[in-house]
Amino acid sequence: MNPASGQDAPLLVAQGLTRLYGTRIGCADVELEVYPGEILAVVGESGSGKSTLLSLLSTELAPSSGRISYRGTDGVMRDLAAFTEAERRLLLRTQWGFVRQNPEQGLRMAVSAGGNVGERLMAVGRRHYGDIRSEATDWLGRVEIAADRIDDDPRSFSGGMRQRLQIARNLVTRPRLVFMDEPTGGLDVSVQARLLDLIRSLVSDLGAAVIIVTHDLAVARLLSHRIMVMRHGSVIEHGLTDQVLDDPAHPYTQLLVASVLAA
Amino acid sequence: MNSLAPLPRAVADAAPEVLGVSGLGKSFVLHLRGGMELPVVSGAAFSVRAGTCVALGGPSGAGKSSILKMVFGNYRIDRGHILIRDGDETVDMATASPRRILRLRRERIGYVSQFLRVIPRLSTLDVVSEPLRLDGVPAPEALRRAQDLLARLNLPERLWDLPPATFSGGEQQRVNIARGFIAPRALLLLDEPTASLDARNSAAVIDLINARKAEGTAMLGIFHDEAVRAAVADAVVDVTRFGDAA
Repeated sequence: MNPASGQDAPLLVAQGLTRLYGTRIGCADVELEVYPGEILAVVGESGSGKSTLLSLLSTELAPSSGRISYRGTDGVMRDLAAFTEAERRLLLRTQWGFVRQNPEQGLRMAVSAGGNVGERLMAVGRRHYGDIRSEATDWLGRVEIAADRIDDDPRSFSGGMRQRLQIARNLVTRPRLVFMDEPTGGLDVSVQARLLDLIRSLVSDLGAAVIIVTHDLAVARLLSHRIMVMRHGSVIEHGLTDQVLDDPAHPYTQLLVASVLAA
Repeated sequence: MNSLAPLPRAVADAAPEVLGVSGLGKSFVLHLRGGMELPVVSGAAFSVRAGTCVALGGPSGAGKSSILKMVFGNYRIDRGHILIRDGDETVDMATASPRRILRLRRERIGYVSQFLRVIPRLSTLDVVSEPLRLDGVPAPEALRRAQDLLARLNLPERLWDLPPATFSGGEQQRVNIARGFIAPRALLLLDEPTASLDARNSAAVIDLINARKAEGTAMLGIFHDEAVRAAVADAVVDVTRFGDAA
């Protein structure tokens, strides 16, 4: 039997999720479920609605219609609309993580690397300075940032280092659910490979659920278990990642897969 | 030599059916080619029992690899059933949810594909030992067994700590075989496991396959090399029978 007994209950469920910008459709009637320990990739081109979907799921944006439910640590499924603003903010600081494409939006640039990581620990109630610092040091090590950079602020870091710091900041509280928006976008290919390897192993160690938005099918293939393909705000195809990419059924998915340049 | 003779026919016939394929049909619809339909198989039917190896036969393009990919859930199934035994349950790959297929792959099915596709930076030992670690085997034990298997497949020890991306075709193939064989699985799918191997290494793979059969693993494979096929297969299913004309 699988030791993790909560694995068969979804962590997050979206039903009929729709967001309109005036009369323009941001995302339309999206249904999804994500389970503990699985990585769900949302792929599509610019304007497909994938980033709108991520903003809705993370409650940064209110839906025009539809609902999102989240299973709390008590095992009870609740409608996120019923959470207070303070409860939602607490979720984002503790049980959830959000890794953004641009690390400057996900980090506090004038705070030291150690402070960026330690801040999230304080949000979950940790108060002992020595413990916080040693755990921050440990996490910097896990994302391959040298311990002697702990007091430097991220303005002195390269793009790849900043992204790794953002990952440490998000994962240090052992979140149950992590949103990622193009986490490898804008990075050199060699840096990307390192980051993908890191994300994969950290996420599998933590058993977190991840919803990752990317336009890069190779990233989706390497990281995700399941995939959703979006176009014009709607999900046009979803399923096992390797099945959708190796045997795409929808004309648009066939076009996307056929358009990837082979190295 | 530790290659084992196939199970006596009577024993093999009594062994439980691990894989049952019936009425299997598939075609690709190429939307970028004006919706052109490319038939792959039609009406395929066969079964594989525990401890036996069934080879898919027929010329290139007959649909052998596609059948293997449908059994693994990598290709969609248009018609028919692929029943895989999972303990007391039977799962139909034609209708199973993605999460159910992932669980089957994790626990029951091993797949040795022709090409190795892994995360770029992982060392060969990590690539090979990963299925065992995911099964919950402690890392030192998983690494030790990966070393044993790589040694058995004659992969030079100096390569073990390197990522396999830069290896030769034959070396990558052996990494792939080691990864597919390291963890116990009820069903193993083998897509030309010896295609780029020399005689000595082919023999090592034949020994591995026969040892695994003796432990009760059911196998479905594609073997172009006649000698390899003769050494491991208990039956050959001619895939051309399942062509569009069927």
